[in-house]
Amino acid sequence: MPEAIRSALAIAGKDLRLEFRTRTALLSAFVFAVLTLLVFNFSRDQSLISTTDLAPSALWITVAFGAVVAMNRAFIIEREQGAFDALLLAPVPRGAIYWGKFLANLAFVGLVEALTLPLFVLFFNVPLGRALPGLLATLVLATIGFVAVGTILSAMVVRTRFAELMLPVLILPFMVPPLIGAVQVTARLLGGRPLTEVLGWLRLLVTYDVVFVTLCTLAFTAVVDE
Amino acid sequence: MTPLPAAAPIIRYGRLLTVLGLLGMAVVYLLALRYTPVEARQGMAQKIFYVHAPAAWGALIAFVLVGVASILYLWLHDPRLDLFAEASAEVGLAFSAVMLTTGPIWGKPIWGTWWTWDARLTLTLFLFLLFLGYLTLRAAVREPVERARFSAVLGIMALVLVPFIHLSVYLFRTLHPQPILLKPSRPSLPPQMLRTLLTSMGVYTLLYLGFVTLRYGIGLRRAARLREVDDA
Amino acid sequence: MPPEAPPLLEARGVTRAFGAQRALRGVDFRLSAGDAVAVAGPNGAGKTTLLRILAGLMRPTSGEVHLTDGRTPRDPLARRRIGLLSHQSFLYDDLTPRENLLFTGRLYGLPDAAARAGRALEEAGLAARADDPVRQLSRGMVQRVAIARALFHDPEILLLDEPFTGLDVPSAARLRGLLAAQRAAGRGLVIVTHHLAEAWGFATHVAVLARGQWARIGPRPDSLEAFLAGYQEMVDA
Repeated sequence: MPEAIRSALAIAGKDLRLEFRTRTALLSAFVFAVLTLLVFNFSRDQSLISTTDLAPSALWITVAFGAVVAMNRAFIIEREQGAFDALLLAPVPRGAIYWGKFLANLAFVGLVEALTLPLFVLFFNVPLGRALPGLLATLVLATIGFVAVGTILSAMVVRTRFAELMLPVLILPFMVPPLIGAVQVTARLLGGRPLTEVLGWLRLLVTYDVVFVTLCTLAFTAVVDE
Repeated sequence: MTPLPAAAPIIRYGRLLTVLGLLGMAVVYLLALRYTPVEARQGMAQKIFYVHAPAAWGALIAFVLVGVASILYLWLHDPRLDLFAEASAEVGLAFSAVMLTTGPIWGKPIWGTWWTWDARLTLTLFLFLLFLGYLTLRAAVREPVERARFSAVLGIMALVLVPFIHLSVYLFRTLHPQPILLKPSRPSLPPQMLRTLLTSMGVYTLLYLGFVTLRYGIGLRRAARLREVDDA
Repeated sequence: MPPEAPPLLEARGVTRAFGAQRALRGVDFRLSAGDAVAVAGPNGAGKTTLLRILAGLMRPTSGEVHLTDGRTPRDPLARRRIGLLSHQSFLYDDLTPRENLLFTGRLYGLPDAAARAGRALEEAGLAARADDPVRQLSRGMVQRVAIARALFHDPEILLLDEPFTGLDVPSAARLRGLLAAQRAAGRGLVIVTHHLAEAWGFATHVAVLARGQWARIGPRPDSLEAFLAGYQEMVDA
């Protein structure tokens, strides 16, 4: 068992090292997120919609789409010189390969979110205060959900002709339950409601995460083994 | 390679079932328009309910069977299961489209709006989008075994997703008339309406079987033709 | 192939279909220690498919493949004994040769990966460039790193897919020498190649695959010219 964990961490580490060597995907995802926030701000009628009403949706749509953009790169890097075959040749359990990619994606998307969140707070004049811990927890839980599904789907679509188009088409229905939960929690927390009121939604997020991480880990071998 | 069953008798059988189903549909129309009482509050517009509700039921059956066929495929690797899943997905797409179009037609006179985000319409919209995604993925993967594997994984993921969608949308909002059919004590529908509804659901199930059998047969024929070409 | 020695790798009745298309139709194969089998054949004959099945990257539609201990190549313990070298480098261009080798070491759970990597890079004459991204290396150097990676875990069975493609004369000579040494050390080699001349020197057996079946498989004849003369006829049969 520990060897599988070591392999997963090695794969995750390799992915992160690759990304930091070039930084292109990270920058693109971050710029995309910032632009999305800007569009949200400029596309509303200031007199009709207050920032507090718009903020939760703006944050989560930005995070959701930013995550999709960020996850596209995960398997493209493996295709260039056929490196994925080398990965499959090695005595690494397929679940460990999934977890390596999953963790790398998580770190990657998490980093984009970490860079975007301060800008969000700034642009939308968001009173964070006591809402911060709850908000961070929600970010982590929802991101795990997005990335769990996105990792396995991007492994599939990388072999199709319109990979970058296919991923959003397939993943968006899967993002809706965590998205609904995340927006509801964020809206309530930013409105000053206590954490206890949103426990139901948080339970939904946790359940979603556990179910889909497990399912995708098990199903990954069917995707990558010929 | 797994031998494929002969397509021709399956297509014939499918055609028969479909014709029976369509005849049944005509019976349902008759029942709904002439023999079932007009509902007090909603008037004539309510009658579309007998086409609308069972279509959602049909879409759900189709969806669950895609999921089940997907699980079985990953276990048994039988290409027939993959062909069946494809057939069920296409039929499910059609049924959910019917539900999504009859919904607004019903909704406009009753609620004054073309669309509502109530639990059932929204769920069917998601089924529609999931069917569409499933079929789009199939179209994008050329190699048949790879296509079968990927579709199966997506089919299982979609099946697991549906309870979460239902739960989150239901928690979010609901406007749909309360489920007047499934109350444990006694259904609130008068017996004639109930009978028509159940008849319609039976007809839709028959139609589902007919369409899927037909489509499955067509898929078998296509696969058999490809094999012939290679054996030459 | 000496009948007494247990085969390193054995395939029986291997068929592989892609939907309606049958790439391999009932192929048998035996690889013993010290064998170097050159596999030739027209494009689309199924050579790469066969290699991928032997490597455990693909499952045959029917038939079986076993190693000496009875495991299939898809078994993790068996994977340690197999190495694959392709015309693709299997490397990450933005990592250095050392990083690529260390990563391979971690995947195979090799305890002394760092020392091994240092040695391999020295032997390949790449010590000076070991810490430059692969992207900056010449094709010949990339090939050397690719070979080092394929051999890093000391596999008994070496499967090579068109390894001489795109190599200049000195690189090809170097590869030939290396493969001959591996064979002499008792490894089993399968080389899929269009350049029979390149592999002829160290090959012990020659096989020709056409339309998913062996047109010929047996010990390497003495004369390459005579063999090539009869090649087209063999393939068309």
